[in-house]
Amino acid sequence: MPIRCTEEGRTLTAEVSGELDHHAARAVMEELDRQIDLTLPRTLVLDLNGLAFTDSSGIAVLLRAQRRMGQIRGTMRVVHTPDQAGKVFQAAGLERMIRFE
Amino acid sequence: MKRENCVSMEFWSCSANEGFARSAAACFAAQLDPTLEEINDIKTAVSEAVTNAIVHAYPDTIGKISMRLSLLEGRCLEIVVKDRGVGIADVAQAREPLFTTGSEERSGMGFTIMESFMDTLKVRSAPGKGTVVTMRRKIARRASR
Ligand SMILES: Nc1ncnc2c1ncn2[C@@H]1O[C@H](COP(=O)(O)OP(=O)(O)OP(=O)(O)O)[C@@H](O)[C@H]1O
Ligand SMILES: [Mg+2]
Repeated sequence: MPIRCTEEGRTLTAEVSGELDHHAARAVMEELDRQIDLTLPRTLVLDLNGLAFTDSSGIAVLLRAQRRMGQIRGTMRVVHTPDQAGKVFQAAGLERMIRFE
Repeated sequence: MKRENCVSMEFWSCSANEGFARSAAACFAAQLDPTLEEINDIKTAVSEAVTNAIVHAYPDTIGKISMRLSLLEGRCLEIVVKDRGVGIADVAQAREPLFTTGSEERSGMGFTIMESFMDTLKVRSAPGKGTVVTMRRKIARRASR
């Protein structure tokens, strides 16, 4: 699975790698949901360093993770966004809704 | 515009073919010596068009999708993605940002992304007949070489 999670204190870090398209998104979403439910983190850090490609399917993954974190009163930030993904997120105006660092 | 080269292919609406389609488009575009950013823009737009055909056109069946890649006069890449699926009743509405008939897994941004990553986007569709998406992008000649 192109997602690897590590927990440290109340911070859950999820590294997403490979190509996050519609074909891969379902598995990534389910694994993120599962990890959030399991660890109930205060902060979710989505590390996109190894993300080779994404499209609107990735947008839905980010929005869903953010919504899940909101439901448990936690926060989310996205780090190491590659250029290709950044351009997709920007075209969708995502930086107005999600914290990118 | 005069067509200088062309490749056509047909594939099934299996999600595994999303990656195939965008790689095929990137390979075809390589003859124009595009930048990495141009390649990524093309892959992203193709991924959106093909994913739409897979997700929306054939919701409960496996159908056929065709993709035609052309090189037009003046270093213009043309990509046509065609399905014979359910079609779109109101194309103008479908093209609006955030409009979606899909589930939570969709964000309604596909057409917006195609529009902003390509120079032109044309959508022809008829309910029950299918959809044809035509996108064009001019690839600039690189000065330094
Ligand atoms: N090939 C198609 N066949 C039938 N309907 C389509 C097709 N392409 C798009 N649509 C319709 O147009 C709507 C908007 O498409 P768009 O790609 O912009 O958003 P989306 O696919 O719903 O979400 P996203 O692309 O962000 O995952 C879709 O929800 C669907 O109703
Ligand atoms: Mg779409």
